[in-house]
Amino acid sequence: MEVYLLHLFNSLSLGSILLMIGLGLAITFGLMGVINMAHGEFIMVGAYSTYVVQKTFMDYLPKSWFDSYFIVSLPIAFVMAALFGYLLERVLIRHLYNRPLDSLLATWGVGLMLQQLARTIFGAPNVAVTSPAWLDGGLTVMEGLVMPYKRLFIIAMVIITLTSMWYYIYRSAAGRRMRAVMQNRNMASCMGISTRRVDAMTFAIGSGVAGLAGSALTLIGPIGPSIGTYYIVDSFMVVVLGGVGKLIGTIFGAFGIGFANTVFEAWSTASIGKVLVFLCIVAFLQWRPTGFVKMRSRSLDS
Amino acid sequence: MNQLLVLQAEQVTVDFDGFVAVNQMSLSLEEGELRFLIGPNGAGKTTMLDMMCGKTKPTGGKIIYRDLVGVEHDVTRMKEHAIAELGIGRKFQAPSIFGSLTVYENMELAMRQSHSIWTQLRAKRTIEEQTKIMSKLDLVGLAGQANVRAGGLSHGQKQWLEIGMILIEEPRLLLFDEPVAGMTDAETEKTGHLLKEIAKTASVVVVEHDMDFVRAFANKVTVMHEGKFLFEGTMDEVSKDARVREVYLGKGKERDAVGSGK
Amino acid sequence: MEVILDKKRSKQRMIFYGFALLFLVVMPFVLSEFRLDLLTKFLAYALVAIGVDLIWGYTGILSLGQGVFFGLGAYCFAMYLKLESTGGKLPDFMEWSGVTSLPWWWKMFGYAPIAIILAILIPVLLAWFLGAVTFRNRIKGAYFSILTQALVIIVYTLFIGQQGYTGGTNGITNFFTVFGFSLMDPDVKLVIYFITVAFVVLAYVLCRRLVNSRFGNVLQAVRDGENRLRFFGYNPATYQTFVFCVSAALSAIGGMLFVLNVGIISPSMMYIVPSIEMVLWVAIGGRGTLIGAIVGAVLINSAKSLFSEAYPDQWSYFLGLLFVVVVVFLPQGLYGWLKQRSASWKWMNRSVKKEVALDESVIGAPSGASDR
Repeated sequence: MEVYLLHLFNSLSLGSILLMIGLGLAITFGLMGVINMAHGEFIMVGAYSTYVVQKTFMDYLPKSWFDSYFIVSLPIAFVMAALFGYLLERVLIRHLYNRPLDSLLATWGVGLMLQQLARTIFGAPNVAVTSPAWLDGGLTVMEGLVMPYKRLFIIAMVIITLTSMWYYIYRSAAGRRMRAVMQNRNMASCMGISTRRVDAMTFAIGSGVAGLAGSALTLIGPIGPSIGTYYIVDSFMVVVLGGVGKLIGTIFGAFGIGFANTVFEAWSTASIGKVLVFLCIVAFLQWRPTGFVKMRSRSLDS
Repeated sequence: MNQLLVLQAEQVTVDFDGFVAVNQMSLSLEEGELRFLIGPNGAGKTTMLDMMCGKTKPTGGKIIYRDLVGVEHDVTRMKEHAIAELGIGRKFQAPSIFGSLTVYENMELAMRQSHSIWTQLRAKRTIEEQTKIMSKLDLVGLAGQANVRAGGLSHGQKQWLEIGMILIEEPRLLLFDEPVAGMTDAETEKTGHLLKEIAKTASVVVVEHDMDFVRAFANKVTVMHEGKFLFEGTMDEVSKDARVREVYLGKGKERDAVGSGK
Repeated sequence: MEVILDKKRSKQRMIFYGFALLFLVVMPFVLSEFRLDLLTKFLAYALVAIGVDLIWGYTGILSLGQGVFFGLGAYCFAMYLKLESTGGKLPDFMEWSGVTSLPWWWKMFGYAPIAIILAILIPVLLAWFLGAVTFRNRIKGAYFSILTQALVIIVYTLFIGQQGYTGGTNGITNFFTVFGFSLMDPDVKLVIYFITVAFVVLAYVLCRRLVNSRFGNVLQAVRDGENRLRFFGYNPATYQTFVFCVSAALSAIGGMLFVLNVGIISPSMMYIVPSIEMVLWVAIGGRGTLIGAIVGAVLINSAKSLFSEAYPDQWSYFLGLLFVVVVVFLPQGLYGWLKQRSASWKWMNRSVKKEVALDESVIGAPSGASDR
């Protein structure tokens, strides 16, 4: 019994991490259709921002303040990653709309440069971020089942991010403009919406969410310059599996992969588990080539 | 199915996520017929063509195609390339040709032939093929451009190239989506005669908005409205029909919009 | 006029081929042993590049998983070389990770013909499987690219995880002979160089015929508008799968020649960065031109080895920058750039520009023209 509950909690926890890193992509890839391979590096930017904030608190501020550093670091990670995203959109991606494969290659190049930049600034080895004390320990549900506060915190973080994103996209005026541009660029432009500004803002927000994910990842383990490479394909898988265009699909993709991964790894080894998850994804796409959320429309020509 | 028919659509319905583009539409097409499909914007005309060539799958109903030897196929259950091999050819509204190939290579690709990898690997250019391709290129006025990359053609030339490609494909049923959109009067005239010429050996369905064009070349016209069948008959009958007038004009308006274009 | 132009071009082409062959024959007498070794390696990469060009340049499918096929080919052949060096006994790395007897499937690789056949067959079957399950369902464009990258990651993880059978992170190395000849012997190295050259020339000639045939036109039609092509009766999926298999085979042969020349294959050599670098070679040389792929592979790798000798840390910046610059400013690569600047500059430029303007106006057409 405890074993199953533990698996369930672990899949929920892994799923929430995957969702956290997939949410940003759900915006830039899912809504905008931009293939941004530097997305993983935006996660890294968020992670290192958190590291820098933590280091500042540790070195320059009173000890009693230290526990609040993580809360402070979240907005900073968001803004840093959003800034990088904004720049990338304005300088590069803007020229590559309608050329998805070229944008894939170019942004991969940018990602490589960002990785090297991190290596130059912070050094090649991984760095550990000390978590605030209030996230140490865990909630003991029953014997053999302890839910670490860090994991619970990430789950809560995902729920808050998701709700704010949903509210922003579907309930706010800015979100309405964004959806208008994504659905019919020409029409939105005729209605007086500055599509360029909306594109840049949307992309910045998606990148910012990646930064938040990076922050969350510092709670789980050490971070390094190539942390993005580790997560980028997983996060794309989440969005591909979920189907582009709707948040509910991303949620399904994240928890689907999280669950499959946990179960397979418990059954076999980590490496065989990864192979099985990949086969499952391929098998799933045989059944639903466009992902979990099926959109049937005329405009979807590809 | 009637022996004279080449295609019969039975109660087809398409539902795009709640938007019903075509609703319980039926249509029969005789061998060697030139049929025009008209209706206001959003009537579901193009979607009908899309279903006949497999681009869109209906959510209900079926479309039966009878091949040369009389075997009936439900094309709604087939893949696009298999439908094309049965002899259904499609001309899209926007010219879609293969830009990095030459005009001649485009024609060669479209030509009726086996489409397997093995044949394509071993294919050699023959005199007969060359004569055939050049004569069709002559017909569409592109013989002089045979070795030009098709991507460099003008918009109108691309239209003609695609028509040439459809011709050399030698289908038994041709589906045209607004073939004369953006054409000059002379070209429109030429297209009309070409369609009549094709209809001598094959069946043709044309979706068209240009009512002068329809009036000049149509024998039988099917009118669609809001995804449904509305009326079928000659152009004269169509322009006299009260329901058709209402659809095109809205209630209480007197002007004959059917006569003056869309 | 067409004919005259054609004749002039084919004459130019013949002169170019002559120079290229002369270059390849003279090199062994000009270069040091070390540099010749590098050139052999780059030519093995050129085979991979030809495969990338077929699938990406001509057919418009971006595979980020060519490194896997390269690696599988290399591993299969390395298994043979390893068994030759141990005399069919248990390889050292197996012993270290506690494997006590040689697994049956390892034993098969002790026979050179079987090892060579499997080195090509296994990558081709994998490509066929992946192609069949993706192209048939019209999973393509970026989706396909992401899936191929996922393939890279899982194969990498698998090879590291199964240390007892694959040598783990270290890969397979420490073999010194092939068919009884010492791999250290300069004369043997020279022979390996010429074998590699022969494979590159052969692959070039065959692929040249392939892309110039009507089959090649179908490939380009798949790239320009696979959705349109269906309505002419072609099934793009079979063509895509076939080309994917051919490119996998070329990568695998490249991998075999690589391992013969370099003497080691490890998982990191088929991981994400090497796989995507393979695409860069073609992007820089000029996609859709076979000679561009070969030149690109040799050129970039020469630059890389010179560059990394001087500034090892800066190579990543340079590589990243190259990607951005080539994709944004030189989408047709060096070949296209040179062509534009060549004698027929005016004429070329005019027709190219016109074409771009027109193609952009029909993006709404049912074609994947923008999917390049």
